[in-house]
Amino acid sequence: MIPAAFEYHRPADLAGAIALLTEHGDDARVMAGGHSLIPMMKLRMAEVPHLIDLQDVTSLGGISVQGGQVRIGAMATQAELIDHAGLSNAAPILREAALQIADPQVRYMGTIGGNVANGDPGNDMPGLMQCLDASFELEGPGGARAVKARDFYEAAYMTEREDDEVLTAVSFAATSGGYAYEKQKRKIGDYATAAAAVLLTKEGGACASASVAMTNLSDVPVWSEAAGAALVGTAVDAAAIKASVAAMLGDIDPTEDNRGPVAFKRHVAGVILGRAIARAWSRA
Amino acid sequence: MSNKMHIKLTVNGAEEEFLAEPRELLIYTLRERLGITGPHIGCETSHCGACTVNLNGKTIKSCTMFVAQANGAEVTTIEGMGGPDALHPLQEAFKEHHGLQCGYCTPGMITRAAKLLEENPSPTEEEVRFGMAGNLCRCTGYQNIVKAIMAAAADMSSSKEAAQ
Repeated sequence: MIPAAFEYHRPADLAGAIALLTEHGDDARVMAGGHSLIPMMKLRMAEVPHLIDLQDVTSLGGISVQGGQVRIGAMATQAELIDHAGLSNAAPILREAALQIADPQVRYMGTIGGNVANGDPGNDMPGLMQCLDASFELEGPGGARAVKARDFYEAAYMTEREDDEVLTAVSFAATSGGYAYEKQKRKIGDYATAAAAVLLTKEGGACASASVAMTNLSDVPVWSEAAGAALVGTAVDAAAIKASVAAMLGDIDPTEDNRGPVAFKRHVAGVILGRAIARAWSRA
Repeated sequence: MSNKMHIKLTVNGAEEEFLAEPRELLIYTLRERLGITGPHIGCETSHCGACTVNLNGKTIKSCTMFVAQANGAEVTTIEGMGGPDALHPLQEAFKEHHGLQCGYCTPGMITRAAKLLEENPSPTEEEVRFGMAGNLCRCTGYQNIVKAIMAAAADMSSSKEAAQ
């Protein structure tokens, strides 16, 4: 419950935050909503001699939907995502997923940038961002760059972000067609036993495109290209869903924990993906 | 590393100024430094919501915020909502509908419920349950908490109408 002492910084702009990261190296961490980092600090699982609070860096906030492109500032909270009507029209899957993350209090504070940068495979947004083929914007002392969500995750808590970089925004194309974020969890606020993000489009009764990603079924989120491909060109009937699930099962690698043994998680992953595909298809 | 910071907070309308280590969690500031002991601590993993307060228009868990982050903020706790001589409609409704037993979750429940009703003045039962999901209760089984919040919502909107 009692975190170790730290030096607190509250830079007024992004340049100030990056300068602090550059100065303090491994000893510094940025904090967004604080709802993964503070719990880790309270358990003394994260040591942060220099804590850089981003709350005053207003350039990291905001949600814009323009010309079919969505851009969400890293500091946008889950509550803001849920309440943003333009975003809910442009990518309704985001609101559906955000409502399955944590609880009201946590959603007022927790941010999309923190969710995707955290690197915990339990987080829901990373898989969703892979499903959307989103890009993450990163800024460091050497300038800005973008990394695809599908290339961002290396291992649990290990991402493409360098220590002196700040994840500043996520962006992706507005969606069309059917969508579903289906999550099996033990209770409100729990990380998924298994969750599936599905986007698909329909033309003339057949599936024209499909993207499938899975949450908390490996040490990274899993975008299953094969699971999407198995749906394309089909009428998304029982056989196609079965083929998609089989393909997905080839791409996940769950581990046993309190949510269940590996065989159970693989079973749940199949059930959840089947439901997500069916719901997305019904909306397509 | 024990650099103390000069902190200003407005708590239940009163301005407070003090020196504190940045790592001090807001719940400890409230309880131990300021003597505001209504908000409670029920866990160390940010689940239970017993420490819930309203801060700058958000319902937050004060165990998951450093006092340094809250510097300059306005905080409302259960003590700021009403007292024995002038109960808030939610306090009255929790009493009337037996929405508490041991009382440990109650300050967080009522503080959260106040914000929920501000955002959604006439919620359905399902919306109440979902909107209160960040607050755990060991005693009531939630049923009477839901009744109390639904009753308070009805009271508050009828008194609002009467005022207009």
